[in-house]
Amino acid sequence: MNKVFAILWKDILSELRAKEIAASVLFFAILVIVVFSFAFDPEDDTIGLVAPGVLWVAFTFAGVLGLNRMFAMEKEKGCLEGLMLCPVDRDIIYWGKMAGSFIFMIIVEVVVTPIFLVLFDLPLFMPELALIAVLATVGFVSVGTLFSALATNTRAKDVLLPILFFPIVIPVIICAVKASEVAFDGKPFGDMLSWLGIMGAFDVIFLVVSSLVFEFVIEE
Amino acid sequence: MGKDSSTSAYAIEIQQLAKSFGSHRALKGIDLNITRGECLAVFGPNGAGKTTLIKLLATLSRPSKGKIFLTGLDITKEAIKIRHQIGVVSHQTFLYDNLTAYENLKFYGKMYDVPNLEQRILEVIDQVELRNRLHDRVGIFSRGMQQRLSIARAILHDPQIMLLDEPETGLDQTATVMLSDLLKTFTSGSRTVLMTTHNLKLGLELSDRLVILHKGKIAHEDSTKNMELANLQDSYNRYTGATS
Repeated sequence: MNKVFAILWKDILSELRAKEIAASVLFFAILVIVVFSFAFDPEDDTIGLVAPGVLWVAFTFAGVLGLNRMFAMEKEKGCLEGLMLCPVDRDIIYWGKMAGSFIFMIIVEVVVTPIFLVLFDLPLFMPELALIAVLATVGFVSVGTLFSALATNTRAKDVLLPILFFPIVIPVIICAVKASEVAFDGKPFGDMLSWLGIMGAFDVIFLVVSSLVFEFVIEE
Repeated sequence: MGKDSSTSAYAIEIQQLAKSFGSHRALKGIDLNITRGECLAVFGPNGAGKTTLIKLLATLSRPSKGKIFLTGLDITKEAIKIRHQIGVVSHQTFLYDNLTAYENLKFYGKMYDVPNLEQRILEVIDQVELRNRLHDRVGIFSRGMQQRLSIARAILHDPQIMLLDEPETGLDQTATVMLSDLLKTFTSGSRTVLMTTHNLKLGLELSDRLVILHKGKIAHEDSTKNMELANLQDSYNRYTGATS
């Protein structure tokens, strides 16, 4: 476990210095929200239908930007080989990188969500949105970390990652949109349980599968 | 079957090693044994299979055929144990530019479970003479300083076997001389060393034995005892078809 934290500590320290991932991802997500807020009138009755999609489109595309960078920074100076030379199981590397991606995405969501709620004239206090975000983000980064490692050894990694990744992660995004729709409409918590359940199941399955197959993805 | 690591006479045993990438055969059945404490230099032109050999020994890649034993342990079965015993210095430094020298060493020290890490970091940083730059970011280091720090990283966990993959690549003459002096210190004594290099002089100075690799096969093997650089150059040209 302390080796997972060592990788996480290294990624956070690196990012605090370089500000490469958080700054670009944050800027992109805010930009998407602002553009859509101009495109749709918050006073319109249909805003409840559009807003969840806008929020998760922003997080999804911004998240892919971040995932692309997570392993790209390991490729510089051969650091990925340095990590692979360490006497640890490959899944330790997976968990460390996955935890880093999760934290970066959650930070972006914590900053962007209040801006989104203000721009779309939605209630600011929505605790259930935090649960949706956590479950969706775990699913997103569990698959994303695996495909980011896969794409990083290819020449067209920027293009390849979304092409490989989106078809797999679509169930999570759909569930997150549907659950957010329930929250924005002010419906009871019980109405989103089925969506939360699917996300939870997806998270468990892909965390286990991704950590198991990571070894084969990262090696030549 | 794994061998007993304490009784194996060889630090590195390579048996009929082959590695293919699709239809390209990078290594074509290599047999090579290196005794404990020996330093072996592997020469060869680009594409001869030197880096492939190092990657296989470092457990970064799996053999297509054949066996490799490091200190008696089969690399396909006991990779994690083996990684504790090897240190790799490559032309890539494996260092994070945004972290300081200290932070880089601390990270790798944790990954290798190095005991008394703080003290060990100071020991290795002194050995590579970078104590005054310990808390500077690696990104602002010169190439030569980065390579010295890379050696500190490689010896941090006190490995029995050092694998050096063209460590002099990209260094100017002064930095190469400094690196050569450092490597002499670290390759002397009980450590077993396998180094690949294009620098015949450096390889000759550091090694006890040499191998010339050509088109994935061992073309020539010899002791470096009493060997002159000119003789080595002749052998290299003859076995690789190079013209100097």
